[in-house]
Amino acid sequence: MATADVALELPKPRDSVASKVLRWVAKAPLHLFLVVLGLLWLVPTVGLFLTSILPVSALASKGWWQIFSKPSLATFSNYSALFHNAGLTNALKTTAYISVSNTVLVVVIGAMAGYAFAWLDFPGRDWTFIAVIGLLVVPLQMALIPMFRLYDHLGLYDTWIGISLFHVAFGLPFAIFLLRNFFIGLPKDILESARIDGANEIVIFVRLILPLGLPAIASLAIFQFLWTWNDLLVALTFGQNTQPITVWIAGQLREFGTSIDIIAPASFISLIVPLIVFFAFQRYFVQGLLAGSVK
Amino acid sequence: MTAGGIVAEPPIAAAPPPQAGPGRLGRFLTGAIFLTPAAVLLVTWMVYPAIYTIIRSFFGQHGFIGNWVGFDNYKTLFTTATLRTAIKNNAIWVAVVPALVTAIGLIFAVLTERVRWSVAFKTVVFLPMAISAFATGVTWRIMYQQDPQLGAVNALARSVHDVVNPPGVLSQATPAVPQLQTSGGAMVLKTPLHAGSIALLPLTGIAPDQVPAGAKQAVKPPPKQGDIVGTVWRDFKPGGGKPGVVEQGEQGLPGVTVQLRDASGKTVQSTTSASDGTYAFSNVGSGTFNASIGAETFAQPFAGYAWLGPKLINPSLMIAYIWIWAGFSMVVIGAGLAAMPRDVLEAARTDGASEWQVFRRVTVPLLAPVLSVVFVTMIINVLKVFDIVYSLAPQSTQANANVIALAMYYTAFAGGGNFGVGSAIAVFLFLLVVPVLALNIRRFRRDV
Repeated sequence: MATADVALELPKPRDSVASKVLRWVAKAPLHLFLVVLGLLWLVPTVGLFLTSILPVSALASKGWWQIFSKPSLATFSNYSALFHNAGLTNALKTTAYISVSNTVLVVVIGAMAGYAFAWLDFPGRDWTFIAVIGLLVVPLQMALIPMFRLYDHLGLYDTWIGISLFHVAFGLPFAIFLLRNFFIGLPKDILESARIDGANEIVIFVRLILPLGLPAIASLAIFQFLWTWNDLLVALTFGQNTQPITVWIAGQLREFGTSIDIIAPASFISLIVPLIVFFAFQRYFVQGLLAGSVK
Repeated sequence: MTAGGIVAEPPIAAAPPPQAGPGRLGRFLTGAIFLTPAAVLLVTWMVYPAIYTIIRSFFGQHGFIGNWVGFDNYKTLFTTATLRTAIKNNAIWVAVVPALVTAIGLIFAVLTERVRWSVAFKTVVFLPMAISAFATGVTWRIMYQQDPQLGAVNALARSVHDVVNPPGVLSQATPAVPQLQTSGGAMVLKTPLHAGSIALLPLTGIAPDQVPAGAKQAVKPPPKQGDIVGTVWRDFKPGGGKPGVVEQGEQGLPGVTVQLRDASGKTVQSTTSASDGTYAFSNVGSGTFNASIGAETFAQPFAGYAWLGPKLINPSLMIAYIWIWAGFSMVVIGAGLAAMPRDVLEAARTDGASEWQVFRRVTVPLLAPVLSVVFVTMIINVLKVFDIVYSLAPQSTQANANVIALAMYYTAFAGGGNFGVGSAIAVFLFLLVVPVLALNIRRFRRDV
């Protein structure tokens, strides 16, 4: 027994309190440095929030940090005023339409194509796939001018559908790339046995591929959602009265000083949704990021 | 798994071999069903427009017919001042930002590995990634406001500035009589003085709340043999008064540094005024002198740096941009670090390498593939930078902050209406991005 005890204890000699304290002290500057850095990184976002809950009269003479000496200044009247502002509520609706619709479409269409490239055999498959990957290099600036003209003819200019479809197309190469590469790693025998059992490709796709591909699909969906929720350029180009939240706030920016009571809370509202998505699905977000450094 | 293998994707080229089953036509049709939606979208929204834009870039502003201009639009791109500024700025962005983002991400990733609460730190630094670049622009506009009372960055700068260079007690004061003149920030009484003179230094333009604490009724001191005496006071009383005369109801200005200069302008004595404004230089000797109030008394308070002004706008934008992307870099490099073989590091430490040597000779070389992925990704992002410039740079300095994507937008849309030059800018951007991104894709294929 005694020998066993010794053997157990040897790899982990007990630290004395003194050595623990010493190690902690040696690391204190590092902890301090990281705490300061972390706080610095938080300041802008916190500042935006505190600005958003201060009355515009208070902001004319002092910055947002006055709230620390006078917490009674805090008010939610900026927010309640905004929710009665038709401009903002419409912008939020438009943003939601665009980002939800195009995320769903990118996932469905991307998964179908990804499945075809991974598991179906048809002539010219690999070449087509390489061509799709090639499209990753096309910056969306290359499509703004022709689509602006085409949208005019098709009646898609200044519609949320037009903005959404543009995002779908430019999201697809990455979606296909990501999903095809994930699907190809799925166990082959499951698919083979389903085929032998007589399931057709559509059944296999819906019943097997989509559920099995969920981790990759989740990453893709989160990315696409955030990407379009946060978009400015596409909506700026193809919308006039159809304004998602970024474009709507941009319209207020000219009178920065006087409409800060609109700009700050509206900006904060615009970033709450991405933050919730981010915190709820952080794992998938990071996975998508690691796979998607190519975009 | 190598450090570069953070991307857990199988290679692009190896798809499963053809299998037995439906005939060639059947297989083709099944494939077509699955691919048609994607194909329609990609061709309509990407392939057709890309070709259109390339062709359009060779035609003038007013459409195709009879408007062939050859490479003129590209010449415009390199000869117009605003567009050249855009290209120059983008070049600076590429030179500065990717390297900084990669370096900061590496430092953060390595440092956070050593603390238990790294998740909290990483979350905080990563947070801006979820926020739109547009909202970031708004956020930093609040941070960058010039008035140190309003903008946090300048408030911080002021607290540093005031320690090095404290504002004067009487920064707003002006002379009340013509003999007292401003020179080089100081105020000099031009009346020549001798031993036994009285030197009155009247000032105005001082708001009641700027009068130094403890000020009493000003007093004109009696002349004294061998000395030069005088008063610094606020030469103003409600209802008027005589300039240059110490009157009842006028306050002395205490704490003001008064200097005595000899004929050559050299300061020979220095003293501070009392609460009734009086001061004295004793035993001045022979010769003529001038009395003056030192420049530090009138030093202006810190007015704040113009972060969004024409000179600083580009660094300011880059700081905000780095604030967004440092988290990305940290997380990707952190993943590479986590996948690194521990035993190599341990072996180096056992051999007696210092932490710095381990970092420099082992960690960084092993991380090289990940570092270059981050670096290249950042080059592409920076080439396409748009939102943050649009939202953070005010109208007045957007021309100074111009970048390629912004120039393309303003040339073609938002009142620009020149699709010819706009297309040329887009093609130029495309040509810049292609080689960089191609490099990245090739690396993916090789690493995996």
